[in-house]
Amino acid sequence: MELVPVLARWLHFLAGIMWIGLLYYFNFVQVPALKAAAADNTAAGITRHVAPRALLYFRWSAVVTWLAGAALLGSNFVSAFTLQKGYAGIGIGAWLGTIMLFNVWTLIWPNQQKILGLKPATDEEKNKARRVALLASRTNMMLSIPMLFFMAGGMTHKAAFGL
Amino acid sequence: MKNPLDSIWGTIISGLVVTVILYYVVKSVLM
Repeated sequence: MELVPVLARWLHFLAGIMWIGLLYYFNFVQVPALKAAAADNTAAGITRHVAPRALLYFRWSAVVTWLAGAALLGSNFVSAFTLQKGYAGIGIGAWLGTIMLFNVWTLIWPNQQKILGLKPATDEEKNKARRVALLASRTNMMLSIPMLFFMAGGMTHKAAFGL
Repeated sequence: MKNPLDSIWGTIISGLVVTVILYYVVKSVLM
């Protein structure tokens, strides 16, 4: 039994569940909760104690998911990313996951640092950061839907693609 | 036009639409 693909798949799923689970937590729970909390001045508990911890696990689980996914692709890495015949399904999933990782580190995390006061920012910059971070997070939530469809390939998907 | 990503349901529907489009692209062009 090849040990690396087995461990890589396991780790890819574990970290991926944490990453996408936290992404859904942000979109389904924290964003609406912060809106409600702002109305009765109780948002500080979330922004000070919950959000930084959630973001820590969120951004690093994204990295672990990608690295474990790359290890899992192994020698098929280039075939997948260049969408070669037979690899297009997983390749699209890999590209979507890669775009999502890019969004986490270049849009969500830098803007969240401004919003949470971890990086100095004026009120105007914070407002802009809120909008960019929300749209980047929503983009990732949207992309997670096709990403999971293409990533979760197996016998059922081969049938779906007429293979 | 309102940005569909401003609402949860708009985001989910957009994701489903993108899935269908990519499915047909992969099936007809790349497979």
